[in-house]
Amino acid sequence: MKAVVLGGTSGMGRAIAQKLVERGDSVFLLGFPEADLEKSAADLKARHAKGETAKYAVLDLEKPEGFAAALDAADKALDDFDTMIVTAAMFATPEQMEDNIELLRRLVTVNYANTVVFCEHVKKRLLARGGGKLTVFSSVAGERGRKPVGVYGSSKAGLSIYLEALDHKHNAQGLDVLCVKPGFVKTGMTAGLKPPPFAGEPDQVARDVLAAMDAKKPVLYTPFMWALVMFIIRLLPRFVMRKINF
Amino acid sequence: MEGREILSENLERVTPGTVLMRGLGRSYGDSSLPAHPEDKVVATRLANRIIAFDPSTGVLRGEAGVSLVELNRSFLPRGWFTPVTPGTKYVTLGGMVASDVHGKNHHVAGCFGAHVRALKMRLADDSIVECGPDAEPELFWATVGGMGLTGHVLEVEFKMDKVTSPWIWRESTRVRDLGEYLDALNAAAPRWPMTVGWIDCVCKGSGMGRGILDAGRWATREEAGDALPKGGLSIKFPVDLPGWAVNDFTVGLFNTAYYWKQFESRITGLATSNQFFYPLDGILEWNRGYGKRGFTQYQCVIPRRAGVHAVTEFMQLLTKLGGASPLSVIKDCGPEGKGLLSFPLEGTSVAVDMVVTPELQKIVDRLNEFVIEVGGRIYLTKDRFTRPEHFRAMEPRLPAFLAAREKYDPERKLRSAQSVRLFGDKA
Ligand SMILES: Cc1cc2nc3c(=O)[nH]c(=O)nc-3n(C[C@H](O)[C@H](O)[C@H](O)COP(=O)(O)OP(=O)(O)OC[C@H]3O[C@@H](n4cnc5c(N)ncnc54)[C@H](O)[C@@H]3O)c2cc1C
Ligand SMILES: NC(=O)c1ccc[n+]([C@@H]2O[C@H](COP(=O)([O-])OP(=O)(O)OC[C@H]3O[C@@H](n4cnc5c(N)ncnc54)[C@H](OP(=O)(O)O)[C@@H]3O)[C@@H](O)[C@H]2O)c1
Repeated sequence: MKAVVLGGTSGMGRAIAQKLVERGDSVFLLGFPEADLEKSAADLKARHAKGETAKYAVLDLEKPEGFAAALDAADKALDDFDTMIVTAAMFATPEQMEDNIELLRRLVTVNYANTVVFCEHVKKRLLARGGGKLTVFSSVAGERGRKPVGVYGSSKAGLSIYLEALDHKHNAQGLDVLCVKPGFVKTGMTAGLKPPPFAGEPDQVARDVLAAMDAKKPVLYTPFMWALVMFIIRLLPRFVMRKINF
Repeated sequence: MEGREILSENLERVTPGTVLMRGLGRSYGDSSLPAHPEDKVVATRLANRIIAFDPSTGVLRGEAGVSLVELNRSFLPRGWFTPVTPGTKYVTLGGMVASDVHGKNHHVAGCFGAHVRALKMRLADDSIVECGPDAEPELFWATVGGMGLTGHVLEVEFKMDKVTSPWIWRESTRVRDLGEYLDALNAAAPRWPMTVGWIDCVCKGSGMGRGILDAGRWATREEAGDALPKGGLSIKFPVDLPGWAVNDFTVGLFNTAYYWKQFESRITGLATSNQFFYPLDGILEWNRGYGKRGFTQYQCVIPRRAGVHAVTEFMQLLTKLGGASPLSVIKDCGPEGKGLLSFPLEGTSVAVDMVVTPELQKIVDRLNEFVIEVGGRIYLTKDRFTRPEHFRAMEPRLPAFLAAREKYDPERKLRSAQSVRLFGDKA
């Protein structure tokens, strides 16, 4: 596999990049800041089954004008990538955004609008070379309007629908779209929050994601228990959702 | 008690003002637990980047949260292995330094700290320093085995071993009683770089100490062939032991089953590293939250100069006190290392699992009194019950350690539940 990981410097993206190089795949990193990319690239080289060097380019999801150049760099380093994994996204609590509407604007822009724009760039390139894999991290938060993750969840809900339509439209052309819906995973993103039951670890998620990519699945709930949890949450009537704080 | 756990990839950013670090929480004792619910504990497991690896020398530098699971997965297929591994691979580099862990090769390789070349640390005054055997040696040797009380380890540099294949050539021998076991352990030491054994200390009378001695070395290319060992589950034990069911009955059953599984008196052959080094990783569920565990461990070392009879007496005492233990691991230790509180000393180490009951304090006290009498000591990383006066009595090196703490953390900002219990730090 010739994979690009946007967000591969931390959390679940890091765990996925590490697993890819350990099994011998080539990896290119996108994200920021540059110092962090450089450190992660060194880690991937040390772990690579064949000692291959990992390259990187800076990409900020708030700056769509830089997308094409960053993807050019990835194509050049990998001699045309065939796989794109997007884990980068923002998170903020309702309280943080209540006081800071600018933060809210940035979050919905990064997580929805700019991620979709980025995927459109990637889609074009992959389709032009006969297909490939596009794996994007959405969230179980996009399944139901829940009090603690309302705005964030709505950005992920939009993303999930976009990815579903992308799969419907381009699957026949060889584009394997995977929409990953993690439940609560213990990463830097959720560090200040109290982990609920069934909270997962990045390593476990990475294993699930690679298996789902290899099996060409369109949707993945991970850790698996969250598929059941969300099944129940989706069934809860509105008067219950108004009462509970989950 | 978890305290306020801080989880981050960036240890440099989050460590100022924090009182303790924690790796994967595999210590059985209270050393990775905070003294106070408001204390900030940094969990290192997301800081798991390898910073550099030089394949011409084997020198590896990694962030404190790099775990042995990862190192084994990525480096063993390429012929590299950590110079020292404890009996679980779910440990971090930071935890291996802080406990100065020992493995089956202690009699030839010493502890992990002996292979460490440099540490990057965040000290109590929030400064960052680099130390090693030659740079700030006092800080370095106080940190090796210092249970996190001298500073936060951010990065660890050590030398990996080149191994001949990813397989172990193993010889398991069944022994009938403790005397035979200790003789066999002695006889194996010069011939095998790795030895350890399991004995049954529930069975009373003449069968006491019946068990299995496991010896091993890295297999040669010819012995191993080309196949790579598959990852996945470790060896399956004949009896599944839920923690809450550990009593004399299940323990007896377990030991009998394990003993008789080795129906031949000697078995030799290839084993995977998981089977040989980490038989417990497959059966024990460790991620259960801190401080809620229903069992703990007691580990001590009986010095060689106290004589073989001291080991026998200790085992008799253990059996008499009834600290049920499915897993009594007995291992010979080589000479004491340089870590100021490092556990091993030349002699025989005994580790037993214990169920936490109201009587446990009394049992531990009684065992400790015996250990003090024969000049031995306990392993801090496994300890949750030792009294401060007992620890002082068994640890002549304690003043040197406390002097280093006085120098590097005069206000005792860094502390754990263990340091409050044993060293009288403020909670
Ligand atoms: C099944 C099993 C078998 C074992 N076998 C052995 C064995 O054979 N030999 C042996 O020696 N030990 C053994 N152990 C004990 C284990 O190796 C040690 O407790 C080890 O320190 C655990 O590492 P950890 O990363 O989980 O650290 P934790 O348990 O999280 O922490 C242990 C100590 O290290 C400190 N610490 C952790 N990270 C840092 C850091 N970055 N900077 C400063 N301090 C830090 C903590 O404050 C604490 O005092 C075994 C444990 C288990 C569960
Ligand atoms: N953790 C969970 O419980 C959970 C649950 C459901 C879904 N998810 C989703 O899973 C994905 C991975 O999250 P994670 O938990 O692994 O968290 P993470 O470690 O914080 O990863 C998110 C990454 O996105 C990067 N990022 C943020 N803004 C960016 C921007 N404008 N441009 C480029 N990169 C940017 C972050 O960089 P910086 O660190 O430099 O900001 C970080 O590296 C995310 O899409 C998240 O929404 C997470």
